[in-house]
Amino acid sequence: MLEDQSNVKAWLYLLPALILLSIFIFYPILNAIFLVFVEDYNYQTGHYVGFTLTQNFRYVVGDFNFRRAMLNTMLITFVSVPVSVIIALLISVWLNAIKKLQGFFQTVFFLPYVTNAIAIGMAFAFLFNRSYGLINWFLGIFGVSPINWVGMGASWGNAMFSLLVYVTWLGLAFKIMVFLSGLQGIDKQYYDAARVDSASRGRVFRRITVPLLSPMIMYITVTSFIGAFKAYTEVIGMFGERLGPPGDDRALITVVALVYRALDRSGVPGALSEAAAAALILFAVTLVFTYINMQVSKKRVHY
Amino acid sequence: MEITLKNLTKVFQSKKEEETVAVDNLDITIPSGQLTGLLGPSGCGKSTTLYMISGLLRPTEGKILFGNEDVTPVPPEDRGIGLVFQNYALYPHMTVRQNIMFPLENVKMDKQESLEKAQEIADLVGIGHLMNRKPKQLSGGQQQRVAIARALVKSPRVLLLDEPLSNLDARLRLQTREEIKRIQRETGITTIFVTHDQEEAMSISDEIVVMREGVTQQVGRPQEVYDKPTNLFVAKFLGTPPINIFEGRVEKGNLLIGDTKIAKYDAEDQEVSIGIRPEGFKLVEKSSFHSEVEFVETIGRDTTLIIKHPNDESQTFRAIVDADFGVEPGDSVKFTVKPHKMHVFNSETGEIV
Repeated sequence: MLEDQSNVKAWLYLLPALILLSIFIFYPILNAIFLVFVEDYNYQTGHYVGFTLTQNFRYVVGDFNFRRAMLNTMLITFVSVPVSVIIALLISVWLNAIKKLQGFFQTVFFLPYVTNAIAIGMAFAFLFNRSYGLINWFLGIFGVSPINWVGMGASWGNAMFSLLVYVTWLGLAFKIMVFLSGLQGIDKQYYDAARVDSASRGRVFRRITVPLLSPMIMYITVTSFIGAFKAYTEVIGMFGERLGPPGDDRALITVVALVYRALDRSGVPGALSEAAAAALILFAVTLVFTYINMQVSKKRVHY
Repeated sequence: MEITLKNLTKVFQSKKEEETVAVDNLDITIPSGQLTGLLGPSGCGKSTTLYMISGLLRPTEGKILFGNEDVTPVPPEDRGIGLVFQNYALYPHMTVRQNIMFPLENVKMDKQESLEKAQEIADLVGIGHLMNRKPKQLSGGQQQRVAIARALVKSPRVLLLDEPLSNLDARLRLQTREEIKRIQRETGITTIFVTHDQEEAMSISDEIVVMREGVTQQVGRPQEVYDKPTNLFVAKFLGTPPINIFEGRVEKGNLLIGDTKIAKYDAEDQEVSIGIRPEGFKLVEKSSFHSEVEFVETIGRDTTLIIKHPNDESQTFRAIVDADFGVEPGDSVKFTVKPHKMHVFNSETGEIV
């Protein structure tokens, strides 16, 4: 009797969250799965011709835009995540080691986190501007002639490089904050002990700091991978809705961008099903990599 | 390796420019190949001294010599010391074997050789069968042995232990302190350990250094320090149960508590604190020193009488006597004092008279 009562209460407390989750999360997920398996679904009328197992997937995989979106997304993920994790790790170790101005630098490195990503993207687009950007000015000092990073007619490689720099930089703030709090939680005695044991700085970093920080590194890596697979805002921030340098629209399209763009064509029968198929493929990829991450962590992370 | 501390001083400066003198002009020599205990209440500067010897703390003034070599400017990694931290500081992500081998890795010892060396040391401290465990899977006593093994494996010149037994339960503490003594004897390494527990220091040290507020109080063999304390602090700090202190005076060659004559005492007339060890009382048939028994405590082999102060009913003192005496609470007992268990200190200076 008593137990029943408390159970009801518990469900009541959960109810508001459950209702919202059902409307905005669970139903859309189920609906997306449904969409993938219908033919020529019409968004406005709700009609569809019939069921299909693979047609939408086959269409998406054959689509040039999807393929380059997948390539761009993978590139963004597998370059920006490892690079920013390593840079963040080095910066936080350095920040943790200095005594003077630590608070100041902590604030400086954290500022990007509280700044709008689109605004930062615009600033980066400016930095990479061919004629008056800081990057070209800096390279100019070494006699490098101006490079067309993001302007009209910029190559995909240059544009992608600029985007990667921006994405990497954008991800640093949060990572540094997490690593720094992790570092500050490590008992100083380990470092004293290592010093007495004559360990060099490099060895202390590899054998003590990194393993003791590994739960944080793991957490950051997994969440950053998931975040990077969903890259979209970053491209908009730097290149606007064209999703590429002027004259080369959609050069830097990502999977999520592709999914959103389907809404523009929602009148076309089947467009949403294609988007749903792209989303499910991305979901599967994310799942696989998260699983791999978790497996690696079992061996490498010391809690 | 004989260790000499010369005028060693450590001043800590807080952010508000307040200065705390943790160690004040320490001047001691720690004998080679022996186990020396730095003993004192918390805050007396004993750990600070240990960390200065290790090199992790830099002295504000003074010198540290290992043998004839001045190591004051030498960083800890080059001093050739092994240090066991109070909470052991074992690397939690490494196995026992990796922990012990870590110092060898840093001196680039050959893998096979260091494996053998680690096993040898682990066997010496009695944890040879636990090599694949992680520190978390070990008991406190085992963790401590790992810490000692890690400190010993690189054959340091000096072994330093910071409160080595404070994290162990009472039974383990007894066992481990003997173990530390055995390991020290077998390796013959000069060992310094810090403790606030006088019993611990007395039981295993070859030599103890009693410290108070950064200043050395007395240095000597444990029994010697116990039997001949040079001041009131040392007398009070050593011994369980603690020494009884009576306020009294020396008058015309007699030692008096109130008007009661305790013994003859050859010194100038002055106010004194008389310290009498609990085991220093002898029950006798006739004596001017007498008082009423308040409680009788019998714990194991000892009978402790808690006796009212002869001049002050509100105070009591302890006397450990033979269990054979059938003393009951309320009895009046007469006793004399064993001269070598009595120490007389000047009331003001606390120095021995």
